[in-house]
Amino acid sequence: MLPFRPARRTAVPAALAAGLVLALTACGGADDAGAAGADTLDPNADLSKQKITVSNWDGYMPEDLPAKFKAAKGPAVTVTKHATNEEIMAKLTAGADSGIDVAFVSGQFAQALAEQGLVEPIHADLVPNLKNLYPEAGQLAYDKGNKFSVPYTWGTTGLCYRTDLTGYTPDSWQDLLSPKPQLAKKVTMMATERWLMLPAQKALGFSANTTDADQLAEVKQKLLEAKKTLLAYDDTTFGDRLKSGEAALVEAWDGWCPTDDPKIKFVVPKEGSDLWVDTMVILKTSKNKEAAHAFINYILDPDNHSWAAENILYKVPNAAAMAKVDAKLLGTHPQLKTAPAELLKGEVPVDLGEAATAYTRIATEVSAG
Amino acid sequence: MSSTLAPRRAARTDPGPHGRRAPRRERLVGRLATLGPGIGYLTVFMLVPLALVLSYTLFHRGRFGGVVHEASTENFTRVADGLYLGVIWTSVKLAGLTTLLALLLGYPTAYLIARLPRSWRTVALVLVVLPFWTNFLIRTYAWIILLNSEGVLNRALTGVGVIDRPLELLYTPGAVVGGLLYAYLPLMVLPLYSAIERLDPQLREASANLGARPARTFWSVTLPLTLPGVLTGCVFVFVPSLGNFVIPELLGGGRTVMVGNLIRDQFLKARDWPFGSTLALTVIALLVLLLMVQAWAARRLAGGNRA
Repeated sequence: MLPFRPARRTAVPAALAAGLVLALTACGGADDAGAAGADTLDPNADLSKQKITVSNWDGYMPEDLPAKFKAAKGPAVTVTKHATNEEIMAKLTAGADSGIDVAFVSGQFAQALAEQGLVEPIHADLVPNLKNLYPEAGQLAYDKGNKFSVPYTWGTTGLCYRTDLTGYTPDSWQDLLSPKPQLAKKVTMMATERWLMLPAQKALGFSANTTDADQLAEVKQKLLEAKKTLLAYDDTTFGDRLKSGEAALVEAWDGWCPTDDPKIKFVVPKEGSDLWVDTMVILKTSKNKEAAHAFINYILDPDNHSWAAENILYKVPNAAAMAKVDAKLLGTHPQLKTAPAELLKGEVPVDLGEAATAYTRIATEVSAG
Repeated sequence: MSSTLAPRRAARTDPGPHGRRAPRRERLVGRLATLGPGIGYLTVFMLVPLALVLSYTLFHRGRFGGVVHEASTENFTRVADGLYLGVIWTSVKLAGLTTLLALLLGYPTAYLIARLPRSWRTVALVLVVLPFWTNFLIRTYAWIILLNSEGVLNRALTGVGVIDRPLELLYTPGAVVGGLLYAYLPLMVLPLYSAIERLDPQLREASANLGARPARTFWSVTLPLTLPGVLTGCVFVFVPSLGNFVIPELLGGGRTVMVGNLIRDQFLKARDWPFGSTLALTVIALLVLLLMVQAWAARRLAGGNRA
């Protein structure tokens, strides 16, 4: 699920490989949902004796970050990569110790991990750089007050369009769901179920987390209607489609809309949208939780955290880091300038529990319909 | 011909350099040494995973996506749901159409290659398998570049003035069939070629000498004798077409769902391994049935030849 540039491009080969791996590594239930109490950690622990394993999406943090962290703070870092939230969740919930200390997952998945008692509460005293975060970053629905997760990037979903091909300024999800005649078969929507549903949910005035059966039935109907005028479902190449002119209007994550092309603009529809967050969590099974906290603290250093905004083009919830972002980049990518208060109008996706199955079913019905 | 029979029969007529048959134990060791690795490989990489898939079909998804180890038949009632049966039926139709088109295209191709001078046959066969040397994804993306509404073909056609607005060539079930056909056509041509090439030319000559026209010769001699090759080719194309999920996603634009996509999504998106396993098992059962029919038909055909 996660909105993120490099991993998306490799989704298909990664899926092929992951399919093979999944077939071979499958055992054990997730029975050991221990109490969610906090461990006692030693603020003066000798970090140079500790080492941690971090699992992240490919290209989602600087390649040289582990070496720099070791030089500055002591602990050795091993990095493993995952292609999707689902892949890392399978590892973390398999029962046995995954060997992972710090994992990057989207907010609703951090919430699911916390509900199972699999993550360590964040010891704020060990992460002084939390002060760099915007106050709004503590108001995210999946984890108010950042009790067990620390936000890494955040953003929203909207319409990305070619001003020369649309001939008008779209401002509503309806522009995507029932496009004007000249835009029929020139629009794309995302395939991943939460974002597949989002435009219809918002256009109908429902919550992006709705589990009401009648509302979901309406959403499905709307999506089936929209399919008739749709060019394709696309999570990865919609930016290229806009540039080539194959598409004129696409559903896009803010960071993925190629607004460095002067003909391409991004807008958050008037009906509202989401606020997705990718977070960092520390696993309960970690044996080096002091080093894990030090790592998160190091990421929150403005010099390190600003890298994500400048290279992945996603906003980071870190006021001090955003202040360091190059003004020229803010000019070509105005989405980076969205104020946190504005962003917070978006609805934060939360874990759906049992209703997740209903979402999957609707996604299947729509794409098979 | 079974491989265990051949050496024994040979040993009886040709006593070998030492003039005697190997003792029983040596033969056993020899057999273990030759068969062992294969059996070991099949056990580890086929039987064990298959057993895992089988066992998962009885469990169900936990609230957070794990596997709950409580036996139930819930997954099988879910597969019987119209939605999933519909997807399987769509897949069978698309794979079947692909197979039919591959046969119609592949038979003449294989026939012509088999009648080329010997040295040119190798060249032609290399050309048939040449696409396999390039990554499958890259070849599939090449079709997108060629066929999309702003792609090479549409630009050329609108440029010349043949059409006013771009043709809708991609993101349709037709594009999916085209992509599958392109990907798996060589798997049809190769078994057909081998069947046609083995055909004794004297049989065709005899047919002609007895007054049959070329068409009659083809329908009464060539085609029946190459039917085992036709069956093999059809299975080779149908089976991977049915399970493919990359082409429906890329060339179908996600607008056409095949059972491969469904299974992939259950594992990698919905994290419902038990239901994904059940769908996989359904497809395996379907394919085993198909292979049994093919084996039965091939045996009948072989029996007919002897008579």
